[in-house]
Amino acid sequence: MSTNGNHTKSGIKLPIYMDYHATTPVDPRVLEAMLPYFTDKFGNAASRNHAFGWAAEEGVETARAQIAKLIGASTKEIIFTSGATESDNLAIKGVAEMYREKGNHIITAVTEHKAILDTCKRLEKYGYRVTYLPVMKDGRIDLDDLKRAMDEKTILVTIMAANNEIGVLQPVEEIGKLCRERGVIFHTDAVQAVGKVPFDVNKLNVDVASISGHKIYGPKGVGALYVRRKNPRVQLAAQIDGGGHERGMRSGTLNVPGIVGLGAACQICNEDMAEDTKRLSGLRDRLKDRIFAGLDEVYINGSMEHRLPHNLNISFAYVEGESLLMGINDVAVSSGSACTSATLEPSYVLKALGTGDDLAHSSIRFGLGRFNTQEEVDYVADKLIDVVTRLRELSPLYEMAKEGVDLSKVKWAAEPAAH
Amino acid sequence: MAYSDKVLDHYSNPRNVGSMDKNATDVGTGLVGAPECGDVMKLQIKVNPETNVIEDAKFKTFGCGSAIASSSLATEWVKGKTIDEALEIKNTDIVKELALPPVKIHCSVLAEDAIRAAIGDWKKKQGTGVEQPVEAKAGD
Repeated sequence: MSTNGNHTKSGIKLPIYMDYHATTPVDPRVLEAMLPYFTDKFGNAASRNHAFGWAAEEGVETARAQIAKLIGASTKEIIFTSGATESDNLAIKGVAEMYREKGNHIITAVTEHKAILDTCKRLEKYGYRVTYLPVMKDGRIDLDDLKRAMDEKTILVTIMAANNEIGVLQPVEEIGKLCRERGVIFHTDAVQAVGKVPFDVNKLNVDVASISGHKIYGPKGVGALYVRRKNPRVQLAAQIDGGGHERGMRSGTLNVPGIVGLGAACQICNEDMAEDTKRLSGLRDRLKDRIFAGLDEVYINGSMEHRLPHNLNISFAYVEGESLLMGINDVAVSSGSACTSATLEPSYVLKALGTGDDLAHSSIRFGLGRFNTQEEVDYVADKLIDVVTRLRELSPLYEMAKEGVDLSKVKWAAEPAAH
Repeated sequence: MAYSDKVLDHYSNPRNVGSMDKNATDVGTGLVGAPECGDVMKLQIKVNPETNVIEDAKFKTFGCGSAIASSSLATEWVKGKTIDEALEIKNTDIVKELALPPVKIHCSVLAEDAIRAAIGDWKKKQGTGVEQPVEAKAGD
């Protein structure tokens, strides 16, 4: 697919983007806010002694306030980073290091983003103990599992607010309450939740939270970390040294234009959230209903009740994900199929739900966003139905299922019969 | 990932999609791969019992574009060949013809396996240890 921009007969611009969980375009209003900071207000925000620095600093502090407002925090509790991966690293490693005397046990979940999982794996090498909680079929953790896992050495629980693949919302408020009771710090990777669903750090009992710019119509290369200062006060050991910026928690010259963009993006999300949510959940439901009306044996992965309003993750039985993507080659979505991953492994998130590998290979993730339209949704649904139908004609599994064969009982020969 | 034109062609216009009666004595059926792996190929051949020439071939595949193309190509290639000639088809030939990237080579291996499995199944039906007389060479 090229991004040259062809149009369908009904005037839809192709290709259609429905992969908003992967990244988002920068909102024109965000870009407008950023531009002066590349050329006129180009100063280093840490230059305290001249107008160039002051102008840059003002932009940064405005952004800080915009972000704080979106999540119900104070400006002193927002630190800027290069993105959510860095924020996740800083949160986990920073807490682990700082609270080493108190304990060495961390609790997380199997469906977390790799930025969390890989960081935890590294800490295990340094002698920390990590518990990876399983999830139930709907994708949520069982609070009783969490209760049982906590002990006197637990210093951190890190559970994402919303999952990037299946859009499922974890019971953040209850997790936070439990952590508060036990005196354990609660970090949440809030990347997919902030700006999309209401997220208030006090209401949700959150102590540390990661935010990403490019997931909320801001630029890539910038993110933030919320670090609670009161009740309790959380301290982090800096992971990057050199000048003591951001209250000593994250050194390095601030990416002023990026930060200004992040702030503007948060402001817009704050203003538009209610309306965007209503519109997008309507579109998402329309997509779902249209697909379900046109096909049988399609399955939604993860809870529909506790889910981001703009996410859909569906498995199309008997059809492999990459071949499906090839068929809808003018639509940008992603798949849990092994063929579409860099490591040739199927989605570990879908696996954790108990979805069989075959259905994981048949899954498509739709992430709708601010710039999708109803016409696009209808086009995508109809095209998808066509392609799935066609590929099922090609599928030996569909044929066997229609003949009444129980595929789960078949002994598959991954090796050829001897001759 | 960019697909070669040939892969795209086979994907959009797959050759010989369908099924044969797997109980017929002149039909060999190969079913290889596994749903958990994301690749399942069913390849069937109809063999002339006198000449050992593969007169017809059909396939169905659950898998990525490269897997579909590999098995589609396999049915094209075996048609008109004798059993022995078909056994000479190597996965590397498929890789070359379709310009498969390294990460998709396993699709061609599975297609070769499918051919062998279909032939093996056909041979089993003819009775083990019964060598067919020397067959006429068929043109392609």
